[in-house]
Amino acid sequence: MTHGYNFAYLDEQTKRMIRRALLKAVAIPGHQIPFGGREMPLPYGWGTGGIQLTAAVLGASDVLKVIDQGADDTTNAVSIRRFFARTAGVATTTVTTQATVIQTRHRIPETPLRDGQIMVYQVPLPEPLAKLEPSRAEAARMHALAEYGLMQVKLYEDVTRYGHVSISYDYPVLANHRYLMSPSPIPAFDNPKLHMSPALQLFGAGREKRLYALPPWTEVRSLDFDDHPFRATRAPQVCGLCGAADSYLDEVVIDDRGSRLFVCSDTDYCAGRQEAGHGG
Amino acid sequence: MAYVAVKGGERAIDNAHAWLAEARRGAAAVPELGVEQIAAQLGRAVERVMAEGSLYDRELAALAIKQAQGDLIEAAFLLRAYRTTLPRFAASLPVDTGSMRPLRRISAIFKDLPGGQVLGPTTDYTHRLLDFALLAEARPPAAPEAAASDAATPRVHDILGAEGLIEADAPGSAEPFDLTRAPLGFPAGRDARLQALARGDEGFLLALGYATQRGYGNTHPFVGEIRMGEVAVEIEPPELGFAIEIGDLALTECQMVTQFAGSKTEPPQFTRGYGLAFGQSERKAMAMALVDRSLRAEELGEDATAPSQNVEFVLSHCDNIEATGFVEHLKLPHYVDFQSELETVRRMRGERGA
Amino acid sequence: MSLDLPGFADPVADAQATFRSVLDALAHPGRIAAAGTALAAPPSLHPATAAVLLTLADGDTPLWLPPAFAAARDWLAFHCGVPFVATPAAAAFALADDLPAFDQFGSGSDVAPEDSTTLILQVAALGTGAAWRLSGPGLRTPETLAVTGLPDDFAARWASNHALYPRGIDLLLCCGRTLAALPRSVSVQEG
Repeated sequence: MTHGYNFAYLDEQTKRMIRRALLKAVAIPGHQIPFGGREMPLPYGWGTGGIQLTAAVLGASDVLKVIDQGADDTTNAVSIRRFFARTAGVATTTVTTQATVIQTRHRIPETPLRDGQIMVYQVPLPEPLAKLEPSRAEAARMHALAEYGLMQVKLYEDVTRYGHVSISYDYPVLANHRYLMSPSPIPAFDNPKLHMSPALQLFGAGREKRLYALPPWTEVRSLDFDDHPFRATRAPQVCGLCGAADSYLDEVVIDDRGSRLFVCSDTDYCAGRQEAGHGG
Repeated sequence: MAYVAVKGGERAIDNAHAWLAEARRGAAAVPELGVEQIAAQLGRAVERVMAEGSLYDRELAALAIKQAQGDLIEAAFLLRAYRTTLPRFAASLPVDTGSMRPLRRISAIFKDLPGGQVLGPTTDYTHRLLDFALLAEARPPAAPEAAASDAATPRVHDILGAEGLIEADAPGSAEPFDLTRAPLGFPAGRDARLQALARGDEGFLLALGYATQRGYGNTHPFVGEIRMGEVAVEIEPPELGFAIEIGDLALTECQMVTQFAGSKTEPPQFTRGYGLAFGQSERKAMAMALVDRSLRAEELGEDATAPSQNVEFVLSHCDNIEATGFVEHLKLPHYVDFQSELETVRRMRGERGA
Repeated sequence: MSLDLPGFADPVADAQATFRSVLDALAHPGRIAAAGTALAAPPSLHPATAAVLLTLADGDTPLWLPPAFAAARDWLAFHCGVPFVATPAAAAFALADDLPAFDQFGSGSDVAPEDSTTLILQVAALGTGAAWRLSGPGLRTPETLAVTGLPDDFAARWASNHALYPRGIDLLLCCGRTLAALPRSVSVQEG
């Protein structure tokens, strides 16, 4: 462990402040709670919100998994995992089922989560209305009144113009029938995993200094219309390494003729399937 | 060609850091920069980093500049990340800039005034000719010295205030908002606004202040006064019941004066825009004062149409640590989201062709 | 004199463990979690109550402390540095042994429903006693929580709090070295 800093880096007063905000967030699913976010030793945009939440929940007996783009070995995931290994001395894992706390950027693991696990999402823009109403003060007023017509109109315009909603990631959801919420920039493919998840899901936005939560078993509906229901899409191929036909795929350019290989974005899921004898 | 998933992120990071350290040191034949050299000879950079890093510590700011290879925003970030780990002991009493013995003090609105105009160590009237003598180690001739004046240098604001011509200081709250502990919310009080501006990016404030002069948020400002020098910082611990001095700060203070035609409740008078920055940071203090006045448009019943008059716009975007993080994070992998966009665009093209 | 009593043996680890218990309890309404397992609580406080306050209360969280808890006041001031408030509506946390009227506490605003009071109620038993049927976020299917120490008209009183959603208070039930939670989002029926 790194000496000179408190367990998991943050001082206890800051942890208390974040913990209090997290408890409120759990009590009001999807509602963004302002918190006194601190500067972290990693830049804003690298996951400082998620890191602060993880630091506030993490204990010595936790097992931490960190993924970025679904992969454990992307450089930022490696960097954040090392940060907590150094400052908290916690055990880390790449295996989804072994983790008690999973910090993620842009993906939800393919392996179903279970009761007792905590997902921590890194969130760049927690305000789902930001692209329609840049003033956060005005957006807060709209949340207070549950006045989400602006978003419905935007989606409906998509449907009339393109035949369907054109949002492919960070697809807005309604949490517990009340708050419009950003699921963070996960692909829309992952949205159904938010709904009635057995895991506790925490969302941290460091630069914007907001946090919010979805308790386990909470209804999370991706906005849609009766005649244009929400569709989770993925590349139609199967994984070239493990043959999975149900996982989200990365498209990799493998030669200078532009040949493509489609492989699972979730490296743990893919490795597990390969070990079990599945092939591409 | 077989595809092998990219591994080895950890080693790549270690190697990148090792290379960075080597690049930072530069050619080994050149003597290494000392932190005390930076602190003493690159004072303006040190002061900017202290202001934007929200920490008054010349040595640590100099260290940050050295570590950041002279990237001042990176240096301010290093300082911020350090300061956030420090315990908070107290809120100081307001510093008394009126009792400062100024090293520099000028007013653009009076030809002369009590305490006089003091140019101080300014570049204002240097001719911007590269001084090739500095290519070698040159020791400048000693500057002439005079005995320090004991004359008081009252703040120009107080001189105008005696005649009631300028708005009075608003009564201060017992303990001001603390931007380092609480999130900014809107509407933001003047205390929160001034704190955000004081550590806001110098370039951003300069551009916005400049825009107000060119008509994007008219303020017609005059420099009432700029003063630079050291002031004592005092705290009043509740268990003592009296103030004790805990140190000195070098500050630049700027009071901009703007005519105000009056309102239903206020007589015609001059209004103020206020700028304060660590060290000798005149450009920052002046730009801040322009923007502060501009942000008061709504409060003073003026039309608020320019970006510099929009409190939420200015305060949400003036912090260069936040801004650089979010701009630069675009270089992190986004291929999962890009893949979802690819599928959407392919699907839309397919539907159009069908 | 309660000041002789120490706080957490390991302030960092014990606060983290207690927080996770409260988090688990709020995320799963009605689930009973351990808190204050090794803590010596001052008079009038159950160990779980004392642990929750050591974990969450500090100089930024005004506490409403009825006279029945006078014996714990010095301990709370010393270990938490918590300011005491006379008006329940201004309290971040409030303590009670008998269920007080909810409407005297802060229930937040429409914009900031989180600016509300968290009520910590000490009860005679958790897991035995009158049964209450809970449903809402955190519960896959309705669950039953048995409590000794809630008034007979609790469901009706809770309903008026729940009707304010997303405003409203959150309730922590503490008993001995255990706790359970009812966030404002949960519905309660007589079970």
